[in-house]
Amino acid sequence: MSDTIIKVENVSKQYRLGEIGTGSLSHDLNRWWSRLRGKEDPYLKIGETNDRTQKGSSDYVWALRDINFEINRGEVWGVIGKNGAGKSTLLKLLSKVTSPTIGEIKYKGKMASLLEVGTGFHGELTGRENVYLNGAILGMKKKEISSKIDEIIDFAGVEKYIDTPVKRYSSGMYVRLAFAVAAHLDTDILILDEVLAVGDASFQRKCLGKMNDAASNQGKTVLFVSHNLSQVQGLCKKGMLLENGHLTFAGDISTAISKYTLSGNTNNLVNVSAIPRVGPRADYFQITKLQLRNLNNNEEYFEVDTIELTITFESKRQIEDCVIAFSISDSLGNILIDCRSTENYPKIEVLPNKQYTIRCELPLPIKSGSYQINLGAASFYGILEYVPSVTNIELLSKDTEDNNALYKPSVGMTIMHPKWQLINN
Amino acid sequence: MQQDNWSNVIKSKSTFSLSSIKEVWHYRDLLWMFVKRDIVTNYKQTVLGPLWFFIQPILTMLMYVVIFNRVANIQTPVSPVLFYLSGIAAWNYFSECLNKTSSTFKDNAYIFGKVYFPRLILPLSIIVSNLLKFAIQFSLFIVALAYFVFIEKAPLQPSIYILLVPVLIFIMAGLGLGLGMIITSLTTKYRDLTFLVQFGVQLLMYATPVIYPLSKVSGSRLEPFILANPMTTVMETFRVAFLGVDKGVFNWMHILYSILITLLLLLVGFYIFNKTEKTFTDTV
Repeated sequence: MSDTIIKVENVSKQYRLGEIGTGSLSHDLNRWWSRLRGKEDPYLKIGETNDRTQKGSSDYVWALRDINFEINRGEVWGVIGKNGAGKSTLLKLLSKVTSPTIGEIKYKGKMASLLEVGTGFHGELTGRENVYLNGAILGMKKKEISSKIDEIIDFAGVEKYIDTPVKRYSSGMYVRLAFAVAAHLDTDILILDEVLAVGDASFQRKCLGKMNDAASNQGKTVLFVSHNLSQVQGLCKKGMLLENGHLTFAGDISTAISKYTLSGNTNNLVNVSAIPRVGPRADYFQITKLQLRNLNNNEEYFEVDTIELTITFESKRQIEDCVIAFSISDSLGNILIDCRSTENYPKIEVLPNKQYTIRCELPLPIKSGSYQINLGAASFYGILEYVPSVTNIELLSKDTEDNNALYKPSVGMTIMHPKWQLINN
Repeated sequence: MQQDNWSNVIKSKSTFSLSSIKEVWHYRDLLWMFVKRDIVTNYKQTVLGPLWFFIQPILTMLMYVVIFNRVANIQTPVSPVLFYLSGIAAWNYFSECLNKTSSTFKDNAYIFGKVYFPRLILPLSIIVSNLLKFAIQFSLFIVALAYFVFIEKAPLQPSIYILLVPVLIFIMAGLGLGLGMIITSLTTKYRDLTFLVQFGVQLLMYATPVIYPLSKVSGSRLEPFILANPMTTVMETFRVAFLGVDKGVFNWMHILYSILITLLLLLVGFYIFNKTEKTFTDTV
């Protein structure tokens, strides 16, 4: 029997665009007048779907529209969607920071939300004082914090500095302490907004481990919003997909992710001309298009898949010794792969006013995660053009039957498939 | 199978009920944390530290003595030092409460936008932490009083009305809190009122017998207006209680009037605050 712990019914949230001034005053008066006459709010009828790329005609926008879902106890849900799809609004509603325009949210037990770590930290207070303050803001009792304080300090690893004002902390220590408080919250429902994107890699792993533990061993219900699909995939069993304020899918995480990646996040054909670039020769040289394709015939990209990049470029002048390059960098900007056309073509001769297309095939031996593709071109005399972050590519890890982390590579940046041989002697 | 044992329901319309008071009680530890934060952080990295709590009212009092007593020649029924110290302590408490609570939403928009706790905790913590400041300033007054009574042998006779002090504190805190909550709620969307509040509080001080005794205006056309100010009674009763029955005006009806106004403002304040806290993050 399933045990529903959160139930969201017909929830919508309307926001007003633009500035607040005399214009909104007239709307407010209008609204008040119709309420006085016992009529419905006239501005609830209007409002457009939330698509930030198109300029709307109305002053009102529905950040969320008719959201319905139920969550059972002990489930870990990932909420995914593009920027501005309504993810954060949903979390804000769930965590009571603001209330829905229409609809109801019901839940059982204690709920805590972390839309940010370290809310309410005061620079002048010491680490210990801040633990108490932050814990209390998150809903903990003083006694509760006292009983956990050693654990928290230990988890954060800032014992030496605990009686120093936090304004003297390094940003890493600050965040570690803040997360440590949050990690020791004792609640039934935990709501997280990309807060794991903090700290160094080892601390991130520690946090993920703690969250996994919370969900699987302590039976907590977790809602997690993140852009990092591989993190969502690793942590959540269930997923919901938000698109322009509508809930388009709620179910198992892998379906949610594949729907998301298909929904146009990873644009297979990118109009490069529209992207800002560093272009010392922009007056005559331009990379115009990039087409991405997965040669393994998957619709999504997995680790070790082979991708094909087709780059289109043109020049108004003749270039005798052109080289086309691309690189792949991780979300922190570290370049992992750098490829140049000189591999096969020492010099490309470009004739004026002609379009050229060059194709490159490349296996991606990198770990699952979110990566950026950057494009560039150069000639003997220098850089022609550099276009950073042309597109995003989300690499997913292949599901294996064995979920024990010890049985698959878990650290490092690259994925290799070396040949092993067991020698019995 | 329909279960109805939801422990919490988030709706669009606010419901003002007992549960919100219960919630505040649940978060009482947070209230103390905020109080502690306010007090501890106030004078961090200052050499004189908490001494500033004393220096400020003493300097204000000296200034009042010079300007209002010596220059403007306003007569006070007792030594101007005592007269102003009592006025400053009480007025400061009320005005600090009002000033700070009236910007609750604006000052804490960031925290409120990130985490939920009963919003009422913050204005309440302001009232409590200022109470400590008031106690310090008031003890200064008591010390001065003791000096005048025992050393200077001034004819001062604290009266039975001293028992009313808790009521007076309640009126000051309630007025500050109630008005502050109304103002902060009204200014989340339209900031116009904030400008009014800043000098409004200053002006209000002159409509309260802080620097002059109420007897000074008795019989004049101004008197009804000054009596309409609920803080007037607080000031006068303080003086009657500590300095003697002949040093101020005392009237039970005035006290009752002030209490009623306080209760009314508190009620309206709670109602509007409760209504605003739901969606203010969208408009602040």
